Amino acid sequence: MKKYIKGFYDYRFLLSELVKRGIRLKYRKSYLGIVWSLIEPLMTTVVLVVVFGALFDRLSDPTFATYIMCGRLTFTFFQNGTKGASKAIRGNAGMIKKVYVPKYLYPLSNVLYNFIIYLISLVVLVPVMIYSRLLPTGHMINVIPSILWLLILTIGVGMILSVLDVFFRDIEYLWNVLLMIIMYLSAIFYPIERIQKHHLMWLLHLNPVYCIIEMFRGAMIGHWVGWKVCSYPLIFGVVCCIIGFVAMKKTQDQFILHL
Amino acid sequence: MKPTVEVSHLGMKFNLSQEMHDTLKDYFINLFRHHDKMKKDEFWALTDVSFKLYPGDRLGILGLNGAGKSTILKAIAGVYHPTTGTVKRKGKLAPLLELGAGFEPQYSARENIYLYGAILGYKKDFIDTKFDEIIRFAELEDFIEVPIKNYSSGMKSRLGFAICTAVNPDILILDEVLSVGDKKFRRKSEDKIMSMFDGNVTVLFVSHSLDQVRRICNKAMILDHGHLKAFGDINDIAPIYEQMTQEDPEEIAKREKIAHENRVKKLRAARKTKARDIIRMTNNLNLTDEQAMAALDIPESKYQIYLDVVKEIEDSEGVLTKEQAMKQAAAEEAAIDRNATFPSEEEQETTGDSDD
Repeated sequence: MKKYIKGFYDYRFLLSELVKRGIRLKYRKSYLGIVWSLIEPLMTTVVLVVVFGALFDRLSDPTFATYIMCGRLTFTFFQNGTKGASKAIRGNAGMIKKVYVPKYLYPLSNVLYNFIIYLISLVVLVPVMIYSRLLPTGHMINVIPSILWLLILTIGVGMILSVLDVFFRDIEYLWNVLLMIIMYLSAIFYPIERIQKHHLMWLLHLNPVYCIIEMFRGAMIGHWVGWKVCSYPLIFGVVCCIIGFVAMKKTQDQFILHL
Repeated sequence: MKPTVEVSHLGMKFNLSQEMHDTLKDYFINLFRHHDKMKKDEFWALTDVSFKLYPGDRLGILGLNGAGKSTILKAIAGVYHPTTGTVKRKGKLAPLLELGAGFEPQYSARENIYLYGAILGYKKDFIDTKFDEIIRFAELEDFIEVPIKNYSSGMKSRLGFAICTAVNPDILILDEVLSVGDKKFRRKSEDKIMSMFDGNVTVLFVSHSLDQVRRICNKAMILDHGHLKAFGDINDIAPIYEQMTQEDPEEIAKREKIAHENRVKKLRAARKTKARDIIRMTNNLNLTDEQAMAALDIPESKYQIYLDVVKEIEDSEGVLTKEQAMKQAAAEEAAIDRNATFPSEEEQETTGDSDD
């Protein structure tokens, strides 16, 4: 274990370069650049609020905008992070074929650069909360664990996907489908009261992304969501991380034969 | 002294059917496939290779195509994980493999130097201090901010070479990289490599050229279909390799015979055209054979040969006497006159010719 931490320390410059590359390339050649990470969620949230607000008759409720924004930001990071990580090993084949570098750095850097963009995009919550006339409460402190749990979960899932993707290219397409299911099971754009009584509600509670979104909403809108919702995504994420890193360590020597 | 590179019982196995394993469907199909069939697709690129290198050793790796030369370099560089056996290295490694590859195409040279340097394990301050040197060596001063995707392959290789050789490594791995770029850059890169030899660097060098290996290395090994055939001092190994790559004498004799025949054929054809010139000159210019030959710069010692060729032509095509030649010339002149009289009417010209 100590060896790995030392190894990680040795490669921190490479990791930072890889993260930098992700951010730079994402907004290269666009005039507004990184500002898009603010504008884009704002604009899509406006669309979602108008469409689903009208659909579910929630246009009169100003907190609905915050409700949607919390879900959307969280899910978008989870989606981009895991998708990016799943392609990371193949995308860096040129480097992997030349120099030995611990392979986990590639998916990890992919998740981390998406995480930084996510952190920047959280700034848009400020105007949205003002619009919703929400004042920060003591529950706001819950934002920090919810962001951390989300990061751990995304790293874990991304790591597992990146390993699988080396051996089976199908993962890329399969994951797109799964992401859609996860999205509908995350109650991003529909009010949760609508299905609260539904007999399939337990499916939502099994979804760690939903639990994180609930935590985040609770922190923003100002209510406590309970220990169960708060601890489940952390356990899920840690288990994924353990599986992901062990699988990576066991199989990384064979990656080169499949690239 | 401790070895810098220690390879023991190294074996590298590749599965040739690997590519069929890329989708889930194939995976399940392969699960049920007969095991023997899978075994047939196995390929051992290296089997049971062991050797040690000490600081200052410069090893040339020789072998025919497909002997496993590049595989052994990649195994020592750590890119391949050994299937069997172990590879131990000590010290800083500079792998010069596939130089132009591994760049981020959308990145400029500046950004790529930092990224590539990071992959090679350089520290940021180190790259800061070496940056100008790398650009200067790669001769890319005017293209620092241009995305790599717009570079030529030569420019990419030069940049790769410059970044990889910016360090003073303990182990230097060279895979035929001394053939990068134009002649000028090749000389420069060979000088650079040579300058890195001062000190205690350990070099592993793959090349097909025995001369190049002789010039650079003090030790050598021969690989043959993945087996280590010989290992030792370059002076001991070179004759073995020469013998190995030598063709059998019958083949050489055959090839030389064909070459000789071709040469003779060519010479004869050349003499024949000259002999025709001699005939033409003697006929038209009232020269003797000797005068004509002198005019054609034929050395006196060869006069007899040419006279023989002239005679040969006259024998086979009939002797062209002076009277015949004059008649022919007159006919030609008449034809020219006719053309001059009716320059535009081509039909008449052709009928006139056929009448003759």
